[in-house]
Amino acid sequence: MDQATLRFVIQLLIIGFTFFMLINASALLVLAERKIMGFMQQRYGPYLVGPHGLLQPLADIVKLLFKEELRPKAADKWLFTLAPIISVTAAFAAFAAVPWGAETTFFGLLDTPVKLGVADVNVAVLVVFAITSMGVYGIVLAGWSSNNKYSLLGGLRSSAQMISYELAYATALASVIMLAGSLSLREVVDAQDGFWFRVIPRWYLFLQPIGFIIYAIAGVAETNRAPFDFPEAEQELVGGYNTEYSSVRFALFPQAEYINMTTMSAVATDLYLGGWHGVPFLDRLGLGWMVFLVKVGVILFTYIWVRWTVPRYRYDQLMQFGWKWLFPAAVVNLIATAALILYFNA
Amino acid sequence: MPETLLFSLFSGIAIVASALVIGQRNPMYSIMLLITSFGALSALYIQLDAPFVAMAQIIVYAGAIMVLFLFVVMLLNAPQEDGAEWDRAHPLRRPGVSRLGALLAGLLIVQLVWALMRATDASTAVNASGDVAAISSVRSVGRVLFTNYVFAFEATSILILVAMVGAVVLAARESGR
Repeated sequence: MDQATLRFVIQLLIIGFTFFMLINASALLVLAERKIMGFMQQRYGPYLVGPHGLLQPLADIVKLLFKEELRPKAADKWLFTLAPIISVTAAFAAFAAVPWGAETTFFGLLDTPVKLGVADVNVAVLVVFAITSMGVYGIVLAGWSSNNKYSLLGGLRSSAQMISYELAYATALASVIMLAGSLSLREVVDAQDGFWFRVIPRWYLFLQPIGFIIYAIAGVAETNRAPFDFPEAEQELVGGYNTEYSSVRFALFPQAEYINMTTMSAVATDLYLGGWHGVPFLDRLGLGWMVFLVKVGVILFTYIWVRWTVPRYRYDQLMQFGWKWLFPAAVVNLIATAALILYFNA
Repeated sequence: MPETLLFSLFSGIAIVASALVIGQRNPMYSIMLLITSFGALSALYIQLDAPFVAMAQIIVYAGAIMVLFLFVVMLLNAPQEDGAEWDRAHPLRRPGVSRLGALLAGLLIVQLVWALMRATDASTAVNASGDVAAISSVRSVGRVLFTNYVFAFEATSILILVAMVGAVVLAARESGR
């Protein structure tokens, strides 16, 4: 095989691998969530299917596939079907702009290095932001088209929540973009290569601690996870936007949620935790993506940890917190960052 | 060749979706079609080597403004346009209003033709300076925005501030009563 064909095949393999990992991430996260919740509540969690319950996601999928698909008579036919599709498509598409490894030649297999990641876009931060913000339509439409009061309330909450938290989220992102001087996630990651005083990695986490906290909180709100899971809020809204869904259509919503969590964690790793940098030995071998996986895993664990330790907010508290604390903090952080960049560059 | 094909595809989607927006009885469908039209437009921007404008289009219009639209439609709970609303007595059906609308539409067409005739000159100017991608990069867009067009930029932000203050005043009066 000549180099051009080989390159093409490897690019396709990388895309397939990313897709495969995302699908697996959602299945694994379901299991991880139930297991970790179990341990936190001093019980075993799923234990019967496979060794230690490891095959539980498989059993879940089979169960969901063979359930009867129901659609309420008064539901809007088109939008009811479209909503879960929008959710899951946006979730997958957003990851396309996220790089997850350095340039590599696969130990000399290729003569020019190939970039690990589906697409290398020069405005990657904006692409991820734009596509994840489209995902909310899935939830809002699901809530509206079900023709159910609880679903509608869930959809309304979701749209209000997204608008209030996206501002703080974008403002926190802007500080990092200013530090790196680029909208490309790959360039942001490469700007974090190396160490200060030979020990502290040059991660933006240490330059932007407030920004990172704002990003983390807004990220939890964006993915509708507890303590910000108002669109679902079982105790108040039955099941929220997905009350009327069953079978595969229902399964697509949690899947989209878990993929969104993975994307959020991957972007956080790229922006604040130095992406695939941090272990020079693996970096030199071209295996930095293993470091990336570990970092994403740690963030995902924290996500689940937070869900089972922090109780849900009240809805008005959520809006107050978003507009009166989080957004002003993000703006102050942005201005302070800009001032410091000007001071040190002058 | 694929570029022309994609261009006709996306412009076709944009035109058809925009036309269908007007034809829908259900405002929810109109909103979804409008989002489709915005998406097709943003694909056209990408084809024109302007990824920043394309993403801004999606984030601002499809992402933020349309969510607000959706929010309002859902809050007002107006699933269908009422047939009785379109009787002769409706203020929008008066002859004077219709004539004004027709006049404005004619004006818009004249403006469009005028802009298109000027646009041919502008595009040659871009070609003369060479690299289109460099002109539309985030860096140069930002530089031009905060130097040449700083007055327009500041004026727009003041306009938005005025609207915001107005909204706050209206909301406060409502709850104060």
